[in-house]
Amino acid sequence: MTRRFATGPAPHLPAPPTVGRVMRDVLLALIPGLLAHAWFFGPGIVVQVVLATAFAVGFESAMLYLRGKPQALYLGDGSAVVTAVLFALCIPPLAPWWIAAVGMGFAIVLAKHLYGGLGYNVFNPAMVGYVVVLISFPAELTRWLPPGAIAEIRPDLTASLHAIFLGSLPADLGWDAITQATPLDSVRTGIAEGRTVAEIRSQDVFGDFGGLGWEWIANWFAIGGLWLLWRRVISWHVPVAMIGTIAALGLAGYLIDPGSNPSPLQHVFSGAIMLGAFFIATDPVSGCTSTRGRLIFGAGVGIFTLVIRRWGGYPDGVAFAVLLMNMAAPLIDVYTRPRFYGE
Amino acid sequence: MHTDPMERARNAGNTLHPFYGGLRLRHHKRISCTLPLAHARLPTRLFVPLQQHAGPPAEALVVPGQKVLKGEPIGRHEQPSRGWVHAPTSGTVTALARRPVTNPSGDDGPCVLLRPDRLDTWTDLHPIDDWETATPERLRRAIGEAGIVGLGGATFQTSHKVADARQQTVHTVILNGAECEPYISCDEILMRMQPERVIAGARVLQRATGAERTVIAIEDQMGAVEGALRDALSRSGATEAGEVIDIVKVTTLYPEGGERQLIQVLTGLEVPRGGRPTDIGLLCQNVGTAAAAADAVIEGKPLIERIVTVTGGGVRTPRNLIALLGTPVADLIDQSGGYTAQAARLVIGGPLMGYAVRSDDNPVVKGVNCVLVLTGDDVRPEQPEMPCIRCGECARVCPARLLPQQLHAQVCHDLLDEAADFGLDACIECGCCDYVCPSHIPLSEWFRFGKSEWRLLQKERARADAARQRFEARESRLARIRDERQRRMDEKKQALRDDARRKRRIADAVERVKSRQTAPGGDS
Repeated sequence: MTRRFATGPAPHLPAPPTVGRVMRDVLLALIPGLLAHAWFFGPGIVVQVVLATAFAVGFESAMLYLRGKPQALYLGDGSAVVTAVLFALCIPPLAPWWIAAVGMGFAIVLAKHLYGGLGYNVFNPAMVGYVVVLISFPAELTRWLPPGAIAEIRPDLTASLHAIFLGSLPADLGWDAITQATPLDSVRTGIAEGRTVAEIRSQDVFGDFGGLGWEWIANWFAIGGLWLLWRRVISWHVPVAMIGTIAALGLAGYLIDPGSNPSPLQHVFSGAIMLGAFFIATDPVSGCTSTRGRLIFGAGVGIFTLVIRRWGGYPDGVAFAVLLMNMAAPLIDVYTRPRFYGE
Repeated sequence: MHTDPMERARNAGNTLHPFYGGLRLRHHKRISCTLPLAHARLPTRLFVPLQQHAGPPAEALVVPGQKVLKGEPIGRHEQPSRGWVHAPTSGTVTALARRPVTNPSGDDGPCVLLRPDRLDTWTDLHPIDDWETATPERLRRAIGEAGIVGLGGATFQTSHKVADARQQTVHTVILNGAECEPYISCDEILMRMQPERVIAGARVLQRATGAERTVIAIEDQMGAVEGALRDALSRSGATEAGEVIDIVKVTTLYPEGGERQLIQVLTGLEVPRGGRPTDIGLLCQNVGTAAAAADAVIEGKPLIERIVTVTGGGVRTPRNLIALLGTPVADLIDQSGGYTAQAARLVIGGPLMGYAVRSDDNPVVKGVNCVLVLTGDDVRPEQPEMPCIRCGECARVCPARLLPQQLHAQVCHDLLDEAADFGLDACIECGCCDYVCPSHIPLSEWFRFGKSEWRLLQKERARADAARQRFEARESRLARIRDERQRRMDEKKQALRDDARRKRRIADAVERVKSRQTAPGGDS
C-alpha cells in the first residue's frame, strides 16, 4: 500500500538556533552589567530599562500593525527589547521618562522600520535613538550621578521615580546636590583647563583604571560579552579590533604625552567601550559581514571613539563612531569579500 | 613543500589539508551497519525510469508485451555512449508510462514497467577477460554501455568522465569513500563487505583513464573498512602488476565527501573556478561507481542494482540492501521492518542534500544512495522565514568560502551579475548555510534558483549577442554594397564627365582650328 508523506525543505535535521534565541542570549549577557550599574548608581537604570522596553515594544507593535506584519513572530524575536536595553544603558539613570519615549521613537520607528524593519536597518537603532536625545536634550543627558561610594546623597527608588516621571526631584534634593561630572567629562574639562591627567585622576570619581564604579560595570559587560563569544553569538573580530585599536592608539598617545593623554587602560575601562565593543558594534545587521570587514569595522569604531574623545565636542564617542562606521559598512563589505573556492 | 600544483596533485593524500567551514554533525551511521548486507527480495513489479543519469532522457528500446532478459538494454539515448538502461531482471514489459521517477522536483517521467518472471535469466554477457591488457578504449566503451553513472548521487556518465580524464592526462584517480552525510552508510558497507569489488574497480578505472595511481579516501570513523580494503588489495595482485593504490583516512567533517572539498583535503589545492578536477590531473569517482565499473568490465554486467541504505528513526530495523533499480521504495522499507509509528518524512539521500518525496511508490534509481525515514523529532518544525540579520554564521560554515547572506540578497533582488561576481557558481549546494541560519532562510534553494536564472540569462545574452552580431554584420555588408555601388556610380559619372569634357575639349579644338582657318581666309 502506498504511503504518502508531507514534504519539507532540507536540511532534514533538528532546528538550529533562532533569531529569538540570539537576542535572548544577548539580553542575558547584559544582565551582569545592568546589575552592576544598579549597584553603583541606584535603581534608576532598572526603571529606564523598563520604560524603554515598554516604549520600544509599543512602537514596534504599532509599526508591525501599520506594515501588516505578524505581531507575535516579530515581537518574539526580541530585537526591540535589545534595542531598548542598550539605549537605557546609555542614558543617565534619572533622565525624564520622555527621553526614553523620544529615543525609542527615533530608534524603532525611524531607524528600524522606515528602513525596512529587522535585518534592513542601515544604522544601529539604539545608537540612533541615543544620539538624537543626546544632541536634542543636552541638559537632561548630562545629569549623571556619582557612584554610590562617593555620593553624599543617593536617590532611592521613590526619589528616582519622582525624578523620572515628574522631571523634578523631591523637595529635599537638588540636581546640583546629586549629580556630578562623569569621569570622561572630568578628563575633558580638566585637559581643556590645562591640567595634567595625573592631576585630574586624583579626583575621587576615578578608580583604578577608569571611572570609579564605571570600571566595574565595564568588567561585567566584558564578562557578559565573553560569554556571548563562548556561545558563538558574536565573533571575536569586532571586540578584539575595537579594544585593540583603542589600547594601541591610547598607548601611543600616552607615550608621546602622558600629561595630556589618559593611559590606554583608562581609555579602555572608561565610558561605553566595553558595552560598545561587545554589544553595540557587534550588531550584525548594521555592521560588516566578512571577517576582514569586521576587523576594519571594529578598528574604525575604536579610532573614531578616540578622535571624538580627544578632539570632538562630546566626552565619549562610541555612539557616533558606531554610526559613522555603519555608513561605511556596505562599502567595506564590498572591498573585503573573501576569495572564494577556486577563484 | 612542493609549490608546483601538478606536483602537489601528484602527492594527493600524502599529507592532509584542512578545508574552510563545514559542519560537525552526529553520524547516525552505526544504526544501519549492524545487520549484514543482503539482497532485497525480487519485487512483483519494477518501475524502471528512462532517465537515471544527468542529461537528456533515454529512448525506450522495448514495447509493451515484449519479453526481456536480465541485463538486456531497454533504453538508450540516441548518442550511443549515453543513457543506457537495462532490464534489472528477466520478465515481461507490461507498459511504458509516466510515473514518479524519484527526483527532487517530484515530477513524473517515462518509465518501463516490468513484471518479473522470477527466473532471473541473464542475457548473454560479454566480459573483457583480458581486461588487464585490453586497450583503455575497450574498457571505456564497456563502462559506457553498462550504463554506469556516478553512484554518489550526481549521476554523471562515468564513461564521459573517464574519456575526459584521458584527454586531460589524469595522473591520479581518487576513489571517494568519504560519505560524510549523516545516516548514509552504503559506501561504508560496500567497502567492508565487498572490498575486492572496490579494489578491482580502482584497477579498472586506473587502466581506463591511464592514471598512474589511485587514492581511496575513507573516513577515520569507519572502523573495519581500512583493514578490509588492505586485505583485498594484497590479494588482488595489483601491487604485483605494478599498480599503485593507496588508502587514506580523512577526518569526518561535512561536506568533506564533496568532490572539491575532498580534493582540497588530499592535495591542499582548489579546483580552479569554472574548471574540473581533471584540470589538475585528478579524477574523482565514488567507490560504488568503481565497483560497478569493475562488474561491467570484468563480468560484463550492466548496472542494474545498487546498495541502498534504508535508515532513520522511522524504520524498525535500519539496514543496507542490494536493490534492483526500479524497486519501489516501499518494498525496501517492508524488508527493513516497516515504518515505526513516528515515521513523518521520507527523504531520498541524506538529511542535508537529500530531498523529501511525497510517497513511497517512488522507485530506486541509480542516484538513490539512501532512503531515510525521519520522525517528527528528527526534523525541524515548520518555521516561518525571518529576515536575514546578517549574523554571518552561513559565511563561517560555507566550504566554498562564499558570503551566503550577500548572495541571498543579490539573488532575491535579481542582481545576478553581482551574485556571479560574488561566486554564485562556486556554491556546491551542501546546505551548511541552511542548517545554521537562525532566520530559517532556504539559502541553497535560492542559490539553485539563482544559478539556473543566471544560466538562462547567459543563454539569452549569448542569443542577443549573436543576433546583434548578425545584425551588425548584415548592416556592414549592406553598407559595403551601398558604398561599392556608390563608388561605381561615381566612377561612371566621372567617366561620363571626363568623356563629356574630352568631347568638349575636342569640339573646342575643332572650333579653334576652324576659326583660325576662317580668319586668314578672311584676310585674303
